[in-house]
Amino acid sequence: MENKTSGGISRMKKQPVPALIETGSGYKKSLWKRFLAQKHLQTMALLGVAWMIIFNYIPMYGMIIAFKEYNIVKSIAEAPWVGLQHFRELYEDEDLRYVIKNTLGISLIKLLIGFPLPIIFALFLNEVRSIRYKKAIQTISYLPHFLSWVVLGGILATWLADVGIINNILLALNLIDKPISYLAEPSYFWTIVISSDIWKELGWSAIIYLAAIAGVSPEMYEAATIDGAGRFQKMWYVTLPAIRGTISILFILAVSGVLNSNFDQILVLRNSLNDSASNVIDYYIYYTGIVTSRFSYSMAVTLVKAVIALILLLIANQVTKKINDTSLF
Amino acid sequence: MFSLKRKTMGEAIFDIANNLVMLCICFVTLYPIWYVLVNAFNDGTDAMMGGIYWWPRMFSLENFEAVFASSGIMMAMGITVAKTLLGVLLHVFFTAMVAYALSRKGLIGGKLYILLGTITLFFNGGLIPTFLLNRDLHLLDNFLVYIIPVLFSFFDLIIFMTFFREIPEGLEEAAWIDGANDWSILLRVVLPVSMPVIATIALFHGVYQWNDYFTGIIYINNPDLQPIQTFLFRVVAQSSSSQMMVAIQGSTVTKSVTSQSVKLATMVVTTLPIVFVYPFLQRYFVKGMMIGSIKG
Repeated sequence: MENKTSGGISRMKKQPVPALIETGSGYKKSLWKRFLAQKHLQTMALLGVAWMIIFNYIPMYGMIIAFKEYNIVKSIAEAPWVGLQHFRELYEDEDLRYVIKNTLGISLIKLLIGFPLPIIFALFLNEVRSIRYKKAIQTISYLPHFLSWVVLGGILATWLADVGIINNILLALNLIDKPISYLAEPSYFWTIVISSDIWKELGWSAIIYLAAIAGVSPEMYEAATIDGAGRFQKMWYVTLPAIRGTISILFILAVSGVLNSNFDQILVLRNSLNDSASNVIDYYIYYTGIVTSRFSYSMAVTLVKAVIALILLLIANQVTKKINDTSLF
Repeated sequence: MFSLKRKTMGEAIFDIANNLVMLCICFVTLYPIWYVLVNAFNDGTDAMMGGIYWWPRMFSLENFEAVFASSGIMMAMGITVAKTLLGVLLHVFFTAMVAYALSRKGLIGGKLYILLGTITLFFNGGLIPTFLLNRDLHLLDNFLVYIIPVLFSFFDLIIFMTFFREIPEGLEEAAWIDGANDWSILLRVVLPVSMPVIATIALFHGVYQWNDYFTGIIYINNPDLQPIQTFLFRVVAQSSSSQMMVAIQGSTVTKSVTSQSVKLATMVVTTLPIVFVYPFLQRYFVKGMMIGSIKG
């Protein structure tokens, strides 16, 4: 894994540092002595390993509570095993039906609209001739990414309030008779979530594509110009094929993430009035686990979600491999 | 060259249309923020009538005065500043330190350590076991919950490691010959030449620390320990204007300040620092994003 990039290749040319080779002169030292010779480096590395064991691997072990009846009185190890009981419960859970519907609905529409838009934005931004204008647009387009969802939630609440700008305009145009409470109406929730997400991340998501486009050789465009290609033809036949690999990889990742919601966003925008449209798997895990303390059940939902996500990743990887000859693994 | 060739009619129309579309995108990006800004600088009671779109109708700084006079809001601001500064410093140093060790050839167990880290990129225990762990570590209602569970990131380590491998080996060798040990090489040779990657990781982690509100929600009950984003969440999402009124009570509140107008002013104050910082770090994070996306 670690030696496949140019960074890895340049490292192979590096000479080993003195402390690591001087021990091999003449006689073979034991592993322990070589280990001691690099005790400073080992301290650094093992501090990181210790952190990972505590904060990554202990929670992985904690996943077994999905098969146990865990409560706060006993420790994870002491809790009694209950086999697949929580998974049977999950299968019969009526709430999960609409939760899954919301999760998939929001994610798939985000994928359908939110995935191509940054690519289109990057393609057209690349066609802006003035370098300074291009840079300025880029800087502005990153701005919303740096706002927190709480602040954006506050902005949305202000815009969508009964006396907010949206209601004011619609009232002035006589399109509605009385103000609409958008955040209290389930029917508007998906639209709000999807459009605010696109607004926030359009410019940021385009970074990778712009960087990939910057790597296209100018000679390709010159050759296309000689062949009489116009701007759209150059975008379609030169730029787009050049970033196809990048698009494929990001697409695989996006598909495997359809069960993920933007939890920060959902938590800010949801409320009990729009719950029927806003409750998604990630919120359901939080609600059952943290709010109502059904730790084992919440863990079972997490596990099922993880397994489905893995299957989706494998499918998306296979499909793009067939179509495009690009894959993650 | 080709750029000297006269533009055709079609090309000229394309350029104009494209520039106009880009201008529209900039407007759509900036206007919602501008709308908040002009309302925050307007008299609170007057703003309730709506209709302030381009410029404050009754210019006023009272909303901001109320923000700065509120000890609750200032306390939360202080927590945010403290967790961001300390969090970034420790995260960058700790992650860079581990990355430096793992980037060195001949490290015994290096392959195993990297494998252990790579697994964490694909699997994690999820919310519940993490919550239970932090509870068992007595991190509930503890400032350290903002720092220790995010002290290290293997993803950021990969970005560091990629950069460290590009450092010419001559630099480190010279220090070796001078008798420096690994710690002083890390501190005096490697880190000083790694400013671009440090800036990238510091920005990413800084934005995370500054904007994170969820940690404050699940781990912190003590209002004196909540960061500003958690405070704002409680005001915004739970539309709890009472919370805001409590926060600005006691300060010299004039009658023209409303919970809504102070909320807008708090949002502006909360967001400004980050908005001023990111344009200067732009050239760094674009490169960081590239490395991250290729490796990850």
